[in-house]
This record gives sequence, C-alpha cells and structure tokens, in this order.
Amino acid sequence: MKLPMQICRLPKTVRRLFCFHKDVPMKKIITLILTVFIVWSCTSDGPSGPDVDDFDREAILVNWADNIIIPAFTHFSETTGTLHSDAVAFSEDPTLQHLETLRESWKSAYLAFQHVSMFEMGAIMNYRDFLNTYPTTADSNSFNPEEKKTILENIETSDYNLELPSTRSTQGFPALDYMLNGLAENDDELLSFYTSDTNSENYRTYLTDLTQRIDVLANQILNNWTDSYRDEFVSNSGKGANSSLDMMVNDFIFYYETLLRKGKIGIPAGVFSGTPLSTHVEAYHSKGFSKALFNEALDATQKFFNGTHFDSNQSGESLSSYLDFLNTMKEGADLASLINNQFNDARDAAESLNENFAAQVESDNSLMLSTYNELQKNVVFMKVDMVQALGISITYSDNDGD
Amino acid sequence: MNTDSIRSYLKISTNAAPLAVFRILFGLMMVISMVRFAANGWIEKLYIEPGFFFSYLGFEWVQPLGEWTYLIFFICGVSALFVSVGYKYRLSIIVFFISFTYIELMDKTTYLNHYYFISILSFLMIFLPAHAYFSVDAFRNESIRSQQVPKWSIDSIKLLLGIVYFYAGLAKLNSDWLFAAMPLQIWLPSKYSIPILGDLLQQQWTHYTFAWAGAIYDLTIPFLLLIKRTRTFAFILVVIFHVLTRVLFPIGMFPYIMIVSALIFFDAGLHNRILKYISKGFRISKSLFDNGKNYSFPKPMIHKVSVGIVALFFIVQHLVPFRYMLYPGELFWTEEGYRFSWRVMLMEKAGYANFKVVNPENGQRFYVDNTQFLTPFQEKQMSSQPDFILEYAHFLENHYRQQGIQNPEIYVDSYIALNGRQSRPFVNPDIDLTEIEPSLKHRTWLLPFNDEIKGL
Repeated sequence: MKLPMQICRLPKTVRRLFCFHKDVPMKKIITLILTVFIVWSCTSDGPSGPDVDDFDREAILVNWADNIIIPAFTHFSETTGTLHSDAVAFSEDPTLQHLETLRESWKSAYLAFQHVSMFEMGAIMNYRDFLNTYPTTADSNSFNPEEKKTILENIETSDYNLELPSTRSTQGFPALDYMLNGLAENDDELLSFYTSDTNSENYRTYLTDLTQRIDVLANQILNNWTDSYRDEFVSNSGKGANSSLDMMVNDFIFYYETLLRKGKIGIPAGVFSGTPLSTHVEAYHSKGFSKALFNEALDATQKFFNGTHFDSNQSGESLSSYLDFLNTMKEGADLASLINNQFNDARDAAESLNENFAAQVESDNSLMLSTYNELQKNVVFMKVDMVQALGISITYSDNDGD
Repeated sequence: MNTDSIRSYLKISTNAAPLAVFRILFGLMMVISMVRFAANGWIEKLYIEPGFFFSYLGFEWVQPLGEWTYLIFFICGVSALFVSVGYKYRLSIIVFFISFTYIELMDKTTYLNHYYFISILSFLMIFLPAHAYFSVDAFRNESIRSQQVPKWSIDSIKLLLGIVYFYAGLAKLNSDWLFAAMPLQIWLPSKYSIPILGDLLQQQWTHYTFAWAGAIYDLTIPFLLLIKRTRTFAFILVVIFHVLTRVLFPIGMFPYIMIVSALIFFDAGLHNRILKYISKGFRISKSLFDNGKNYSFPKPMIHKVSVGIVALFFIVQHLVPFRYMLYPGELFWTEEGYRFSWRVMLMEKAGYANFKVVNPENGQRFYVDNTQFLTPFQEKQMSSQPDFILEYAHFLENHYRQQGIQNPEIYVDSYIALNGRQSRPFVNPDIDLTEIEPSLKHRTWLLPFNDEIKGL
C-alpha cells in the first residue's frame, strides 16, 4: 500500500515517540489505523436496522419560525396597534362607546398575546414580564410584597419610567385590566376618572402610555424576528444546550410549567401556598375573562407541540412528529399521543370551570385543583419522557458529565 | 503465590522515568483542570450561588466556605503545580488529595466517577516515591535522588487504571446496554450535527456497535496495554476511544487525563525520551538524576506501612464496586451501591419530584417550588436520585419548621424515566419522608421498578 505523502511526513518527534520498537515501524502502525478505518467505512454500507432516514431537524425550526412564531407575532402586533389607536381615540373622547371598543381590542390583544408568550428567543429579554405580570399593583390594597409604587401613585405623580423592571407590575395587560375594569364598580364612575377627575388628564396619559408601551414591544420583537433572527434561529440547528431546538424546548417546558400551569391555575388555587388566592387570577378585574385566556394559552401550547400553523389547521414538523420518528426506533410508548391525550384531558377538566376563575376559586376550589392535576401530568410527560426521548439536556448548565 | 515470591516482588526495582513522567503530566493536567474550572465560572456557579448543598452521608460538615471557596481551589491548583515539578512532593500531594477531596465532598450534585478517580489516585500517590527522579526535591536532595524505584510503585498505578477500565466494562454487561443499546440509543441520535459521524449516529446498528465495542474495549484494554506486542495498538485504541468520547459527550478533561495516564504502560525508553525533550527545553541536566541508585524509603517502617496501605487500598477498591449485591432490587432503580463503582455513562435517568408539605395541625397542604431552593442542576440531580430526594425532604422539614409549622410532613410525587422506558412513579407518595432517616440501609420507601435489567 502506498501511503499518502502527508502521513509519511509526520514530525520526526512524533514518529520517534511511538516507534521505539525497532520491529514496529511507523508504516506498520499507519497500515493498522487505515485498516481499522477501511473496515469501519466498509461496514457502513452493510446491514442496517429499520429504514431510518435522518430526521430533518431544521424543518422543525423552519416550521416553527415561518408558520407559527412569525405569524403569531404579526397577528399580535396588529392587535396591539388597534389597541393603541383605540386607546388614543378613547383618551381624546372618553365616551362609553369608545370604552367598549377599547375593552374589546384589549381582549383581542390579550388573547393574541397567549400565542406569543411562550417565545422568549429572539425577543427582548423578559418582555413577557412587562406585558403580563399579575396581580398588578393597582392601589394601596393590592398584593404588593416588595412595596412597589402602585398604578395610582404613578398616575398621581406622573413620575414613572415603564422601561424599568421595577414598574413591571404597573403596566401591560393586567394594568390595562385595572384601568378599564377595576377603577370603579360601574362604567359611569369609571368614566369619570377620565373625564371629571382632577387627575383625569394623567389617567388618560397613563392609559395611552400603557398601550403604546405594549405596541412598541410587540413591534420590536416582530421586527427582530423578520429582520434577522429568523435566519439565525433556523441555521442554529446543531446540537447542544445552545442550539435552537434545545433552547426552544426548554423555553416551551418552562412556559408550560411556570406560566401556564402554575401562574394561571396553580397559584390562584393555592397549590403553592395552602390557601386559595382569588385575586391572583389573570385578568382579575374583568371578572370573567380568565378562563378564555387560559383556554387560548392551552390551545396555543398544544398547537405548538403539534406544529399546527398559526392561522390554519395545517401541520408541519414539530415535537410530536419528531417523537413519532424517535418512537419508531425505540419501540417505546407512543409518547406523542400520551401528551396530546393529556392536553385534551386538561381541557376537559377546565370545561366545567367558571368563566371567572376568581369566582371558581371562591365557590369550589376543588375543580381548580383537579384541572391543575391534569396539567401537572403533562409536566411529567414533557419534562421527563419527552426530554429524555429527544436527548435534550433540561438544565442550561454546561457542566462536565461522566 | 507464597510470601517469598511477594517479598521478592516487592524488592524488584525498575527505571524511575515512567513514574516521574506520570507525576509531571498528572500534576500538569490537574493545574489545567483547576484553571479551566475557575475560568468557566463554575466555582461561583456550583459552590457559591446555591443556598443548599447535598452532602455525602457522614460528611455533612464539609461545606463550601463562601468566597473562601476560591482559596481551596487556589491551594488545590498550587499543590498540583508543586506535584508536577516535584517540589516538597509528599506535602504537596497530601495537600492536593485533601483539597481536591474536600471540593468533591462539598456538594454531591457534582459527583463524577472521574473526580472520584482523581481523588483516590492522588491518595495512592501519597505512598509512591514519585519525586525520586527528575524533580526539584531530587535535584536539591541527593539522598532521595534515585534512578530506580520499586516496581510495585509503577505497577500500582497500572493496576488502578486497569480496575477503572475493567470494572467499567463489567458494569456494561447488562441487558439494557448490550441488547437494547441503551442509553446510547438516546444519546447518539441527538449528536446529529457532528460532521461525518452525524448521519451514522442515527443508525441503530451504530448504537449497537458502539455499545458492544465499548464493553469489549473496557474489558480488554488493560491487558492489551500490559502485553508488549499489543501495547502500541492498544494505545492507539485508547486515543481513538477517548477522542471519540470527547467529541460525543461533554466530559471535560477526563479523556486527556486517561490518554496521558495510559502512557505509564510503556517501557522506560519512551519516558526517558520524553524527559530528554523536557531537559532540552528547560535546560535541565537529566544526567544528574541518572545515578543508577535504588530508591529506599527513609525508614523501613515507612516502606512497610506504605506497602500495607497500598495493599489494603486495592482490596477495598476490588470490593466496593460489588457492594450493590448486598441490596435487593434493581441497582439502576434504587441506586444502592451505584456510586464509586466505575458505572460510567450507563444510565439515562430523568426525573421529576414534586414535594407536598402538610401541616398536620390544621390539615393545610401545599406544594414546594423547587427553584426557590435549588439550582436547575441541583434540581435535576435531586429528582432522579433517592438519597438526594430524602436529604432535600429533610431540608424542607427544617425550612418549614422555621416558617412556623410545628411538625411538617413532607411527601413527594415523583416520576422517573429510565433508559427510554416510560416514566413511572418512584417514591411511595404516601410515606412521610421526615420519618425516614438517611442511612445505608435498603430503601423500602421506593416503589418497585416492575421491570428487569439482567446482568452484572
């Protein structure tokens, strides 16, 4: 066998180090290594297991970005645009009619938000904390353990910077909820804050500042996705803790476990405190919108899991199809169906709940707890079984392994 | 074997170069490891940020020292450097052993077999005359300067390396590894983006090939390294094997440490050549050390005690991996006797543990948010290992007692998925964990595995 020249020209030192037996020359060793590799490469054409084409993981990322994430943010930014223009219209002419219109656009935007809230990647750090931190610190009676400035104090003093993290609980959709539904018991009284109150101008300004802040954030994130992040996201299809797939799955599970299961149901139901906390439901002041928000979020997470397009019932590659692919290799349980069934069970359990979760918590908390239990089961399926099947590390840490 | 042949074996001496090279490279590797650990910010992240640390049974007193933890790492690194150059060797290797082991005992979360390997290897080295040749000590002190050292001192390192490989091989002889290619079948496909190998790693036959090749490699490599005719080939295998594991898995410095360590199997010729290069580079006179003298321990008593401790050390090392046989139940499920046994990369175990606190006085119950007390890494390790779950339950008991619950009861809803099996309940959810004291006794508070993994 004629050896390639480069190998023969290994540095003398290397050759000397390993060829100290005179009877084992370098050539023999190289022949050996080559044989090992030739045998290896020959067998690769040989027998193989079940016909498994390499699953195209980049297709998942493309489907997520083009058919789910970007359309969802596009829709969200449209609704926040309407929300802001309706708020401006209301502040210029605070009538009951304008208030009703504004409440409706608040609802549409809040529902649209449930479809983007799970996506932190490519967004502004912690943006969802600016949009949806609840319970909101409305007035001196509000839940306010860190003694932050309340919405009413902000309005009174006109001294606030909504870009500061400390103001998170006085802005976003929960703050609007208070401004549109919680200021007074009835609409006439509520309108008077915007018309005849001594601070009425401050109220109007605060309202439009809130909607503007939401709209600006929504557009910033959308633009970041469409301008540059989409390609970065899709091309980062490699392996490891910093790949798009791993990070997205971690974000997705975190969202499901913390913001959906715990935030929307668990905390109000008192799962973590022992006593139910009815004031901690999402959209508390609307008295009847919390269930709609929860259902929208549950649908959005299940659709993401199945790769269902944002604006149609078509599906593309996603976690469920990837699990199906891996399932054919491992003859294990049909995990994708288990998870989908569990999503449906949670939805069924939630069906009997009052439209207003606060009322539900106060009248019969056990129904909230049983919904929580159904949600909880999918945490195990996703965080334990799915993550294991996907070979994804659930911690972000980059420590050594064994 | 009779006592005469043992006695005469202990008297055989051999060229000291392999031991000196081993000392230099080992020390150097440890220095690099410490610098790397600090540079990655892991001291802060693993030992200073967490508010709670998991302890080994009986070593609860070993805790990180806040900001002073940096000092332990500094001492460890400096002593490793001194070991490498052979300056005040005995003191340095003792300090290294103590500081390194202290670091490992601070938090059980970071347990790795190869950290344990470093710990016991440095313990062994305390009793070896690794400073007799080509060291600062030998340069300054003619009385210890020796070209020959007892053969057993070099053989003991070979034996320890052999144990690591061979027992790792034995542990692979189980049905999950050999006949289901688990957990490789989970791990390898996720490495799809590695050039050339990426597509191959999707194939099931690749998983089986890797599993069987890995087991055969571990079981045979000590012998292939011992036999002169196969030694070079074996060393090439060592390099290929460890480079491959480095590419596939996040295992830090370990592959390099093993590759460098395996050099000790070679004849003194290679090591003398390496020392010659070093001498040239640093303008050291190697011939100063080539005095043909045999190393003798300062006192016969020290010699006897050293040999005795090393012998005892190896008896223990042979027995410890088999201690799992004292427990009923599936080892992979209960993990009774799992650690310190060279069970490397054997399991993919993912868990979830949801703790419930009950106040028996008013019946109030609520669940614990683990992220309030543990880092994500700690939570991950805790969720899948029973001794962690129990220790954490006791920590919660104390915490809620301080919060005003007189006698809190702690229950856990836990699930574990092992080697691709569907997740199943792990700890008996009806047992109040505060009633159970951590011990080495069989864990009757776990639910049965309801499956079988055959083999060792």
